[in-house]
Amino acid sequence: MNDVPILLEMRSITKEFPGVKALADVNLVVRAGEIHAICGENGAGKSTLMKVLSGVYPYGTYDGQIVYQGAETRFSDIRASESAGIVIIHQELALIPGMSITENIFLGNEPRRRGAIDWKSANRMALELMARVGLAEDPDTLIKDIGVGKQQLVEIAKAFAKDVKLLILDEPTAALNEADSRHLLDLLRGFRARGVTSIMISHKLNEIEAIADQITILRDGRTVETLDVKADGVDEDRIVRGMVGRELGSRFPDHTPKIGEIFFEVRNWNVRHPISADRQVCKNESFVVRRGEIVGFAGLMGAGRTELAMSVFGRSYGVYESGTIIKDGKEIVLKSVADAIAHGLAYVSEDRKAIGLNLLDDIKTSTVAAKLSKISHHGVLDEVEQYQAAEAYRRELRTKAPTVDEGVSKLSGGNQQKVVLAKWMFTDPDLLILDEPTRGIDVGAKYEIYGIIQRLADQGKGVVVISSELPELIGLCDRTYTVFEGTITGEIARADADPETLMKQMTSTKKMQTR
Amino acid sequence: MSRIKDLQKNLFGGTTSNARQFGMIFTLVAIVVLFQILTDGLTLRSDNLIALFQQNSYILILAIGMLMVIVAGHIDLSVGSVAAIAGILVAKSMADWSLPWPAAIVFGLVIGAVIGAWQGFWVAYVGVPAFIVTLAGMLLFRGGNQFIGNANTIPVPEGFRVIGSGFLPEVGPNTGYNNMTLLLGLAACAAVVWRELQSRRTRRQMDADAAPMWISILRLAVMIGVIVFASLRFASGRVGTSFPVSGIILVALVLAYSFYTRNTAGGRHIYAVGGNSRAAELSGVKLKRVNFFVMMNMSVLAALAGMIFVARSAASGPQDGNGWELDAIAAVFIGGAAVAGGIGTISGSIVGGLVMAVLNNGLQLMGVGTDRVQIIKGLVLLLAVAIDVYNKSQGRFSVIGSLTRPFRRDGSGPPTASPKVGGDAAPVKVAG
Repeated sequence: MNDVPILLEMRSITKEFPGVKALADVNLVVRAGEIHAICGENGAGKSTLMKVLSGVYPYGTYDGQIVYQGAETRFSDIRASESAGIVIIHQELALIPGMSITENIFLGNEPRRRGAIDWKSANRMALELMARVGLAEDPDTLIKDIGVGKQQLVEIAKAFAKDVKLLILDEPTAALNEADSRHLLDLLRGFRARGVTSIMISHKLNEIEAIADQITILRDGRTVETLDVKADGVDEDRIVRGMVGRELGSRFPDHTPKIGEIFFEVRNWNVRHPISADRQVCKNESFVVRRGEIVGFAGLMGAGRTELAMSVFGRSYGVYESGTIIKDGKEIVLKSVADAIAHGLAYVSEDRKAIGLNLLDDIKTSTVAAKLSKISHHGVLDEVEQYQAAEAYRRELRTKAPTVDEGVSKLSGGNQQKVVLAKWMFTDPDLLILDEPTRGIDVGAKYEIYGIIQRLADQGKGVVVISSELPELIGLCDRTYTVFEGTITGEIARADADPETLMKQMTSTKKMQTR
Repeated sequence: MSRIKDLQKNLFGGTTSNARQFGMIFTLVAIVVLFQILTDGLTLRSDNLIALFQQNSYILILAIGMLMVIVAGHIDLSVGSVAAIAGILVAKSMADWSLPWPAAIVFGLVIGAVIGAWQGFWVAYVGVPAFIVTLAGMLLFRGGNQFIGNANTIPVPEGFRVIGSGFLPEVGPNTGYNNMTLLLGLAACAAVVWRELQSRRTRRQMDADAAPMWISILRLAVMIGVIVFASLRFASGRVGTSFPVSGIILVALVLAYSFYTRNTAGGRHIYAVGGNSRAAELSGVKLKRVNFFVMMNMSVLAALAGMIFVARSAASGPQDGNGWELDAIAAVFIGGAAVAGGIGTISGSIVGGLVMAVLNNGLQLMGVGTDRVQIIKGLVLLLAVAIDVYNKSQGRFSVIGSLTRPFRRDGSGPPTASPKVGGDAAPVKVAG
């Protein structure tokens, strides 16, 4: 296959953010007319690389060279890369819901006649483009009235309207159901047959194995290898090995678990998506937690782990369909967050700033926010008790702040996370669900957070940790469930947990055997 | 530490919530003094002060409710119309159905609650933006007022007028002053002293150093001075006039709602919803209930304001309450509330309302016509908020914010914790 001309070559690309080297010496060679997959764990640098390529990070903000169609290019912005025929379709679709298909396809690229938009030819051209991507709809239909699968097709049609030579798809099937995914993959094969080159970022290894010609694997911002799918006989296991092949240092405090009885159980949990009623985000999921146990939930982005956690936590996500929660041998019904808190559940969200904290608050008001009744007497808040509680947690968790009067917006990520943990420890929970507890936190603070999690477990609480970092789950958890597309696909004990096993389970459609 | 430094930190930088209020009163005093000079002493004359309070008490009552609505992230445009329809119904209930006036007041509050429940339902449970719901309410209830009253004016009986134009009665020996007003002033002085002592004790319990004693005393002296001055002014007006009843209602509401917003879980939930509604929800706050409450509460207060206005003007008319919503909203924003919600205080809004009131009154005393008064008020509102926004965007000191934001001890302030507490806290640099 090496006689095919090279369309794009990215040579030793290095991209640094303040304090972080996102890409180090990354190389990528894409040949004309192929489907090239880019694989790697979350944070491996895939999206950053594509942003460098498409001009989101303009020339000069990175080191290295981009050679495209035989000449070095220096894109200053997205428009420059688009006029060269490189179009990127992001995971979050960039469509305007209240506009029609035609309007969206030609947004910013409207065909004009004497200054006015020529809707007649726009509609005609839209129909041609829609035919190319296999979208049978009235071009006047509004985007919000078509499903997400068809929206994806509109995005691709929009790319063709710009005369695309290199199509980049970031997680194109993440939000699609299986039929739509199959249609999209067929479409990509069709483009390949007609000579369009595609780069595809995906977590779904089965899809990659099925469709890609070449695979480049990134890990920690470096190129690991490029595999030729047919020549090298690549399968999912081979990709996984490339993705996770790193050694785990001692980044965790020593800990001897004191595991007790099962006290919390979720059975046959079914939840629908809050908006698209036909999408099932939790499919008959069941899990148990023991006292003193740290239970991990592994899965790729979009696997439905957060959705599971939040729907259990007082139905704060999605539409509850069926399923039971059993705590201490009794069935409990949690219809609201207040119910969940009253029954000893706590949920630390993955997005501290957006939904975890009120950034206008200071440390002391944040600490007590989820259980004001604990510092109230006859409905009146006791400022002294509030101060004492906040101060006690500040010392226990070693939150770095001059006083508890400090505004939480001024704290670093690690210290904000400690405030959130304090907020939920203050509610005296029996079960803590921690969603990405160390996201955006530096290594030192991570170690401290791990220590706090272990101490909580040793107090006899159950701790659920949702994490996208496999080493974190392996180092911290006594037992780990793997989740794939809203289904629990495996349950792996600490002794058996290694990156390959986890990665394989969390990318497989095979359902775990019901116990 | 020099005494001047102590003074700066504790008197104006603030060490307790008392100091914050003191700072705000200081701002207001500056404006009052300005007009006192410009009007050759008319501003602080007894009759003018009394009139100022009577004319603005209903706007300030609206500002209390509006503050809570805005902190929760909403707006209420219907308050003037709600006041008008409550006013006409109450007037009618007394004129046509001969309801005794105390019952009529209760009836008016119930009307406010029903209207508030209606608006709260749309905002909280259906999810229609408050701007739209209350814009509709503005038309709906203004039309309702004119429909019920047939666009006529309905007079109200003598007894009812007390809440709008009544004064504290003359009792006891003839001292040349109104004795009740003097007693009220005395009670206020005692309350101020009690609060200062209370806050010193609280600070000690929170392991923080209380301000030096002499500062507490100075602060008390200034506050008591203001109270005594005001009491004497209110007590020495024309015979038969004194501190107005509507002023007493206002003071009681300010105290009650300040306490509610600051010291109860319900009040804190309002700030939580306005600050980050999703985070509040995930902390167990019942979002819908909070939104329903603030909208309903606003209409109850609007009904009360409407009744006070009707009582003062002795009749309910078709144009009552026109434009009140704008005065109330302006007061809240001048008082430091954030448009996005989550920030603001009752006392700040009251000061904001008083600033507008004094401005209005002072300009009128100077003979400036209403046309120019409006222009000046508009510019003051715009400038006050613009300067604050600009300062904040430059990362500089926010004048309004420093006066109204809940007090924070900053790193450069007095030692904030006893040594045994601060032991493990690494010194962290705090951005000013």
